[in-house]
Amino acid sequence: MTSLLTVDALTMRFGGLMAVDAVSFEVRQGEITALIGPNGAGKTTVFNCITGFYRPTSGKLALHMPDGDLELAGMPGHIITRRAHVARTFQNIRLFQGMTILENLLVAQHNTVMPNVASGLLAVFGLGRYRGLEATALDLAKHWLDKVGLMARADEPAGSLPYGAQRRLEIARAMCTRPRLLCLDEPAAGLNPRESDELSVLLRGIRDGGCSILLIEHDMGVVMRISDHVVVLDHGKKISDGTPEHIRNDPHVIAAYLGEGDEGLDDAANAGEAA
Amino acid sequence: MSPLFRTALRDAFLSALVALGLFGAMVGLRTNVGNDGKLELLARPTSVAILVGLTFVGRLAIVLWKARSRTVPVKAGPSSLSGLGRYMGPALLVLALTMPLYSSRYIIDVGILVLTYIMLGWGLNIVVGLAGLLDLGYVAFYAVGAYSYALLAQNFGLGFWTCLPLAGLLAAFWGVLLGFPVLRLRGDYLAIVTLAFGEIIRVVLLNFTSLTGGPNGISNIPRPTLFGLTFTAGGGEGSFADFFGIEPNVTYRVAFLFYIILGLALLTNWVSKRLRRLPLGRAWEALREDEIACRALGINVTVTKLTAFAIGACFGGFAGAFFATRQAFISPESFTFIESAIVLAVVVLGGLGSQLGVALAAIVMIGGGEMFRDFAEYRMLVFGVALVVVMVVRPRGLVSGRAPSVSLGTSRTISADMVSQGHG
Ligand SMILES: Nc1ncnc2c1ncn2[C@@H]1O[C@H](COP(=O)(O)OP(=O)(O)OP(=O)(O)O)[C@@H](O)[C@H]1O
Ligand SMILES: [Mg+2]
Repeated sequence: MTSLLTVDALTMRFGGLMAVDAVSFEVRQGEITALIGPNGAGKTTVFNCITGFYRPTSGKLALHMPDGDLELAGMPGHIITRRAHVARTFQNIRLFQGMTILENLLVAQHNTVMPNVASGLLAVFGLGRYRGLEATALDLAKHWLDKVGLMARADEPAGSLPYGAQRRLEIARAMCTRPRLLCLDEPAAGLNPRESDELSVLLRGIRDGGCSILLIEHDMGVVMRISDHVVVLDHGKKISDGTPEHIRNDPHVIAAYLGEGDEGLDDAANAGEAA
Repeated sequence: MSPLFRTALRDAFLSALVALGLFGAMVGLRTNVGNDGKLELLARPTSVAILVGLTFVGRLAIVLWKARSRTVPVKAGPSSLSGLGRYMGPALLVLALTMPLYSSRYIIDVGILVLTYIMLGWGLNIVVGLAGLLDLGYVAFYAVGAYSYALLAQNFGLGFWTCLPLAGLLAAFWGVLLGFPVLRLRGDYLAIVTLAFGEIIRVVLLNFTSLTGGPNGISNIPRPTLFGLTFTAGGGEGSFADFFGIEPNVTYRVAFLFYIILGLALLTNWVSKRLRRLPLGRAWEALREDEIACRALGINVTVTKLTAFAIGACFGGFAGAFFATRQAFISPESFTFIESAIVLAVVVLGGLGSQLGVALAAIVMIGGGEMFRDFAEYRMLVFGVALVVVMVVRPRGLVSGRAPSVSLGTSRTISADMVSQGHG
């Protein structure tokens, strides 16, 4: 498997706090890589660096593209989505609540339907290629509506959806940017077991469709079932890295989770059950 | 006595107490110059009692009414006006198109004023209603448009129709220039800085005497022509009346101005309605809903905000050029903060993002205000009370709710409580 993203000695410091401390790992093409760790380990911070929301204090984030490497560190967020095709979802869902589900999916394709401001203004007078682009965008939106089972509710406001459906919509919206790498921040949080299973199926489908996934998740059942590779963070440092099998038996990981108290114990137990 | 009634009573009592404190000094005591030239103090307890009583009853009514509407679960559906809106828009349009044919000159004049505010409201609606950027200095672009036309006409002898697009472009240019540094601010900060920019433009116009004439303003701004035909009062060679062989009459000019501003307003409406259904407008609304999510979807937030600012400013500029040609005289006095406030009030009262709501609010506020001119001293009072009443009864404006810009099946209005109002 070829490497898609190389994270090299990524460091993010907030004042005196080392949120991410010289973390290095690989995200491989066509795989689901899970990023796990106790609360406050620095997982979301790693995401924020990869997707351009934070400028890393130091370190490299090399995205391997067919036409050469792209350095993501310090690149503005919207350019990362646009040029590097890295998409993300948020730990606390961020949908356009007052817009319909379909509109959410069309906004995600903004850059394809409106490549620049001039074309956006020309479209007012019916000029340019807008009509064709919009039709293509609608097709892609319908494709993902179908995949996440929201076709029947396409014209309802996103804010009216139940929680689980909002999570799926956020994934569909990210997929509408045609990403090469999809970063998911706790997509299974708040889902019931049945919804978690559906999510696993959806994510495997996305991976098999050619989009690599970087996944933050606390639900060890989901992680162990679908990940090809797992990276474990604790207090900003990488403590383990390997296959789910390897991680489950790594004493460092068990110690980190045991040190967490009840919740960690549950997670460790879940991990054991899933084995 | 129900606990609800008790809290309402307490609330009303407190309000009455505040009213007593305020009116006791402001209304209750009056200084008169007595016969011997000395000041004497006159007590007016009855007036105070009436005012305090009114406050008490009014507050009680408001609290009880609000509590009632909260306990009775009103179906959180779309606004009641949206069904009516399908007929109201066209009806208003027909009314506007035919109005100059049967109205007196005074009514047409009021119509011009109302349409100017409708146009400004629709322009500002792009910035505030769609993109969710609170702009308190919109009058700056109105001023840029007006002065652009006045100066271009005065210094280069250009006509209205040549200057109109230039005025729009210049206003848009200033929109981008002012927008660039301020758009990284959010919410209250953006509001304060735009307010300051509005004032700066006015103060510059006031003090740049060599160019703008300072407080004396610019006069003799040329009137617009209809394909070269003028509307001079005396008729004569090349005038509208002469060409058609009719009696010269000032009403023709007023009606002509009316149709110009109607056309401009309709253009604003058409462009903003169309933009809403296009990627650019959709991005504005998405920005209002969630800026961070927009960034994650690859939308260039700065550029998107700037386009909203520039396009809104452009329409402000058009309206400004029209204002200059209509008045034939402009001075910085016409571009004070109160203008920005009125336009913003029109947008908020009408319902953020609603085209019909803005038009209705402008008709009620500006037209109604004009009608109340006879009651000079009560005008502002009525105005203020009307504002409060609308905000209590319909907190999201006259026409609330958002129509989806695209749909697969049937599109339904989205309830206003779902829609974000933007954070700047
Ligand atoms: N913008 C910020 N400013 C200051 N500190 C921050 C900031 N963002 C994150 N942190 C800190 O960095 C540390 C790592 O936070 P992060 O959100 O990355 O953890 P996480 O692994 O995602 O945890 P969780 O599982 O709870 O989501 C925490 O101690 C957090 O308080
Ligand atoms: Mg997190």
